[in-house]
Formats: sequence, structure tokens, C-alpha cells
Amino acid sequence: MNDRVLKLVTGNRLRDGAVVYFAGVGTWTRRIDDARLVEDADGAALLAEAQAGPPPHPAVGPVLIEAVRESDRILPVTLRERIRAFGPTVTYRSH
Amino acid sequence: MLLDKHGALCADSWRHLGDDEAAADGQAVTISLKRWQAERERWSDRSAPLGLRLPNDAAPAVIGEALDRFALIALSFPRFIDGRAYSQAWLLRGRFGFRGELRATGNVLRDQLLFMARCGFDSFEVDAERARAEDWPRAFREFDLFYQPANDRAEPILQQRLRSWQTAAE
Amino acid sequence: MYRYDEFDRKFLEERLVQYRDQVRRRLAGQLSEDEFRSLRLMNGLYLQLHAYMLRISIPYGTLSSAKLRGLAAVARRWDKGYGHFTTRQNIQFNWIRLEDTPDILAHLAAVELHGIQTSGNSFRNITTDPFAGVADDEIEDPRPYCEIVRQWSALHPEFSFLPRKFKIAINAAGEDRAAIKIHDLGLRLRRDESGEVGFAVMVGGGLGRTPILAQTVREFVPRRELLAYITACLRVYNQYGRRDNLFKSRIKILVQALGIEKYREEVEAEYAAMGAERAALALPDETVAAMQAQFAPPAYRDAVNDDAELARATAAEPEFARWIEYNTRAHKRPGYAIVVISLKPPGRPTGDCSAGQMETIADLADALSFGEVRVTHDQNLVLPHVRKSALYDLWLRLGAADLATPNIGLASDIIACPGLDYCSLATARSIPIAQALSQHLAKREETIGPLQIKISGCINACGHHHVGHIGILGLEKNGAESYQITVGGSDNAQAALGGIVGPAVAAHEVTGTVDRLIDTYLRLRQDGEQFPDTYRRVGLAPFKEALYVAR
Repeated sequence: MNDRVLKLVTGNRLRDGAVVYFAGVGTWTRRIDDARLVEDADGAALLAEAQAGPPPHPAVGPVLIEAVRESDRILPVTLRERIRAFGPTVTYRSH
Repeated sequence: MLLDKHGALCADSWRHLGDDEAAADGQAVTISLKRWQAERERWSDRSAPLGLRLPNDAAPAVIGEALDRFALIALSFPRFIDGRAYSQAWLLRGRFGFRGELRATGNVLRDQLLFMARCGFDSFEVDAERARAEDWPRAFREFDLFYQPANDRAEPILQQRLRSWQTAAE
Repeated sequence: MYRYDEFDRKFLEERLVQYRDQVRRRLAGQLSEDEFRSLRLMNGLYLQLHAYMLRISIPYGTLSSAKLRGLAAVARRWDKGYGHFTTRQNIQFNWIRLEDTPDILAHLAAVELHGIQTSGNSFRNITTDPFAGVADDEIEDPRPYCEIVRQWSALHPEFSFLPRKFKIAINAAGEDRAAIKIHDLGLRLRRDESGEVGFAVMVGGGLGRTPILAQTVREFVPRRELLAYITACLRVYNQYGRRDNLFKSRIKILVQALGIEKYREEVEAEYAAMGAERAALALPDETVAAMQAQFAPPAYRDAVNDDAELARATAAEPEFARWIEYNTRAHKRPGYAIVVISLKPPGRPTGDCSAGQMETIADLADALSFGEVRVTHDQNLVLPHVRKSALYDLWLRLGAADLATPNIGLASDIIACPGLDYCSLATARSIPIAQALSQHLAKREETIGPLQIKISGCINACGHHHVGHIGILGLEKNGAESYQITVGGSDNAQAALGGIVGPAVAAHEVTGTVDRLIDTYLRLRQDGEQFPDTYRRVGLAPFKEALYVAR
């Protein structure tokens, strides 16, 4: 298990608000495991790359967040980002 | 570039003087409030059109009786979310009866144009390219029904409604 | 209730066309997010953690069955099958796509609903007593005035870019079920010595980072002058409210900075100078009467021996008796009752209501409440006109839809904001805390008696924790959720802000902490005192001690 804290870029998809992650090369993915993960020092460059491109940008409000790699999975560090990645911790049972 | 409330685009013929700049004879110029307050005498008997640039944190009452002196008052929206100039325009046009041109400058966006016109603005400083590309003149026609009275000629919904009841009763 | 006429419908149509074009321009890249944000907020569209969230206005909390079915349809077709009722009598949908919003709003416009000004720095929903028009302690129905103010404030050209949001509430009853003292502008309907109707005007209340109670600007404004006086209050705020700091922009900060005397002076000077504008805004008696006619009471029937029937049913079934005791309220018309529908079955997210439940409630409203439903400030719903003879049948049908938990006003009737599970502003989760507490306390809530627990997932206080008898504020400490607990708040006519009882606790400690606070209350209370009464008598100390000793 690798505990080094790394960086990735996340935002919300413009057309539907879905949580998306920057996968590099101008693409965004719903799956956090496919996010492009970089060393802390390369974070700013990754963010700049994610923000590049003509309007309309596919993702709203891209930001850098911290994550760790756990075998073949990527886990965000904060609870907030885990909730964004994996969904609300409460279930709604439709009546 | 200027947009007027009828949707026409035209060049700005006014010169907006810095506090230390001289004005050429016969030129239409605006000066800052600060300059006006410091140099009133100098500008009082000028015959060429004179305009005032009022900062958005100044009470319109500060102009006082000198209001008639100005052919143009330019109000400011430093950021589009800073709405103080709506009240300034409302008071200048409505309460103080200013008859000259009220101009909106600064961060003026398409979706605020109709609000501004209703407050009493006559003209708007805009980016010409954007105004043409996004059909800014149409913004003035997006609504023709309004609930509340304002400084435009539109009859508020309440009055229209009362009139229609009267007609129905007749 | 108010029904749209051709003018209202056309206005909404024009708004829809405008909004559809704004979305098109955003998706085409002509509008930046910065420019679009304030536009979408003016239509109630937020961007939250997982999706866009759409907040639909329910003016003064009054719904028809048709409107409720319209909301159910949105939940089914464009969301995940449910909606969430808020503390400001609105409804929120959590899983909305931007590209669907023009169609959603068109669908809702057909039932006279919209999201206009449910967000943004302008007027928000005008809220009032959920029992307006039917409560037995009311001077007169406040809703006609709510509707007048709602229309006047809709897309007001001078006040659409205020320093911050502006919330107005109106109360017309002896008890304040509209919490006017925690609003930017609170209006208390009253009569002067000559019997003329007018309003006491209070300004500068609000919760959030700096909770403050509103102060009186004028004891009596004749109703004819209502809109003019409100204009004066707003104009002073628009010109002098702070715009340099988001957390210091509410009118409560301005009133605090100037002092109420100076603020009042400014308002009165502005009002005095209004001249012709006052005349243009005057509300003559005919105008008010025409609006009041829109809220005429329904065709109540004479109650024939309903009380005896009811007594028989409650004696026969203790569960029904329990529901009658907690979930019904006295109606001003003999033979009728006000029914509160609990959206708080223990363990469920507070205030959530499925599409199926909404449709059931709409059907019940048609059958048993003249087609009318209300939304409370406590995330529950109300059927305002139910014949007492129909209560048993209603209870059975509500029970079948899991809407009859007999807990209104009790410990498991918790208010909680969506919190970190949904909201991008949140610092901690609130729903799991509410779920755990409600399940735990349900067992002894009848012994405890009336108790208002309110939970906010961040300092913005949408759960109104400051005015909870027990308030819980979710914070973050060293990356973990941490909960600060207050006691002694209340949001009624004796409004008060709670006091902090000790250091913040971890999520798993909340239930135990709340238990000890409740035990302290039970130990100290005298003669039918409710929690705030005991707190006022004994102070914060015993509660703090109870927690300190436990530690």
C-alpha cells in the first residue's frame, strides 16, 4: 500500500453536474480510478492543463484535491471528496 | 461602444477626463465627482456639454442643485453583482428628476440591461463585439410585463389587472 | 388560494424563454460560469456536490394538490424519485441536470410553480405561519399580504443585486410560527388603537455565522404604506450594506454597525422623501380586498356530532389517540382540525418525501382537505382543513404511506439540513446524526415531551440550530467531523439563541451527549415546563456540568 499523498483534479460536469475527474489529454471521467494522479509538485501544472481549452469547458470549477493510491484504486483524502466520489452516505428508500 | 435602451449601438462621443487633464473648447467631457467638488467655479459657465462620473458609493443628493448643469451622469458597476448604482439611478431619475442621459459603465452584462433601463438608465457602455454576437439589444424586449412600478413607462401588472377587471365589469 | 391570471402566466412564460436562452448560451460557451452563476441562482439552481440542485419556491408554504402532483412528476421524471422540503417552506431536488432545467421549469410553470428568486442576492421566498387562515389564534390571514409582497418583489429592478440575500416573513397570530425575529425583515400584522390593520416592522434578524434577532424599526406601519415602507428599508440596505466581505453583507450586520436608532433614522428619512413614489406603491383597501378574496375560506360544512365520534375512535385505539394528540391542531372552524403530516419516521432523512408519497398526499388533500396542503418550517407538511369525522380514515391512509408517525413537536421530529452528504457548503454530515438521534430518542420521546432538536451541517445554519432547544452544529476538526452542541434556543415569539454546552464532540458521541442534556432537563423541570422554560430558569450551568461530570 502506497501512502504518499498525491494530487488529482476534479470538477462537476457542465451539462448535468455529475462528479468528474481529469484523466489527462483533455478528457474527463466519472471513474476516480481513471483520474490522472500526479506528485504534489506537479499539481499546479495538472490544474492548468485541466483548465485549458476553449469555452464551453466540459467541467465546472476544476480544483486540485489530495488522494492516495491503494493497490489499483484511488482514494480521496477528505471525507467531502470521498462522498463526492462514492455518493451520499445515507440511502433513500423510495416509498 | 455605447448601447442605448432602444437597442442602437454607437460610438461614444464624450471624452472622459482624468483629474489632471485639460478639456478642449467645445468638447463634451465628463469629470469625476472629486474634480467637480474641487473645481466647481471653473466648470460652471462652460457652454459645451458637461458630464459627471459619480462613484457608486456617493449619495446622489450630493449633487444637489447642480443637477441641471449636467447633460450626462455616468454611474458605475465595478462588479456586476454590486447593485448600488441601481438605487442611484432610481433616485436621480425618479426623485431628483434628472433629465439628462444616465449611463451605466463598468461590468455591464446583457442580463442586467432591462433592470437598468427600468431604473432609468438611457445608455450602457458595452463591448461591441459581444453585444453584436449575443444580440444584446434583444435583452430590452425579453419582458413586457412587470409587477412593480419603476422609472419607465410600463404599466405595472396590478394596474393592468385592475383595468381588466373594470372592463369585465362593464 | 391565489390562482394565476393571464398576467402572471405571461410573466412566467417570458421568464422561461429568457432562462432557456441563458442555458443555451451557457452550454454554447457564450456565458462564463461566473456570469451564469448569478443568473442560474436567480432561478434557484445551485451546483452541489453530486449534481445541480433545484430549489422551487412554494410561496408562503401553500400548495394545491395539482402543484404537489407537479412536484411529484419532477421527482419521478428528472430526479431520483423524491424531493426535500426545507426550513423556508420550499422544496429541493438534489439530482438535477442543467440541460433538463428549462423543461423542468416549463413543466412546473403549468402548475404555477417556479424557482425565481429562491437563491441569489435578492428577495427570497416570503414565508409565513403554516397554519395561516385556519389557526384559532390569528388576527387575520397573512397570506394575501405575502402574495402582494411576493409580486412586488418579483424581479424588482432596483433590488435584484443587493449585498446579499433578503428573507421576509410575515406573522399574524398570537404565537409566532413564522419565526419573524430571525428574518432580515419580519412583519407582525397587528391593529392600532383605532382598529386599523398594519404591521410592526422588524429588521436585521438572521442566523449563520453571526446569529442576531431582529429589532423593531417601526411599531406600526398602516397596511396602505407597507410596500413604500419596505422600499425605504431596502433602499438604505442596498446603498449602505457592505459588499467587501461575503460574511458581513447581510442587513443584520448593517443594523448592528449603525445601531437600530441610526438605521431607523435613515429609513424614516428615505420614507419621508419618497413623495410620488409612495403614492405609486400605496395599497388601497380595494386592492387588499381583491387579494383577500383569492384566499376566501373553503366551503366548510357544519360539524354534526363530530367530537363524539372522534372520542369513540381515540378511546378504542391508543395509536390513533397518540396521533391525534401530537399531529393535529385546533382549527378555528368547529368540527375541523389541522393535520400535520410527519415526514420524520425515525431513521429516515428528515423532510424527504417520495413521489409516491406526494401523490398520496395530493389525493388525500383532494378527498379530505379541499385540495390544499401546506409546508411547515420544520420540514413537515400540513392538511389544513380536515373534518374531525374524517380523521380516523385519514390516519389509516397516511399510515399506509409511512406518513403518520405520531411525533410532531417531539424529540424525533428533528430538523436537519442536507449537510455534507449533499451540500457543497457543508463541513460535516447532518442526516446520519439526525437518523441516529431520532431512532434512539423515539423510545422515550413521549416522556420527554415537546423538544426541538435542530441540526446544521455548517456555520451557515440552514438547519436553524441556533434556535433549537438543543442545537447541533457540524464542524470539521483535523479532518474529522466534530459537533458543537447548544441548548436553550427557541424560534417563537420568545425567540432566543442557544448557549454552547461544552467542547465539540465526535459523531459517535452526539447521541450520548444529547441523552445527558435531556436527562438534566428531566431531572430539573418543574410543573409542565418545556425545555426553554427550564433553561430560562436554571441557565446553562447545570447542562454544562452534566457533560463535564460525564467526561
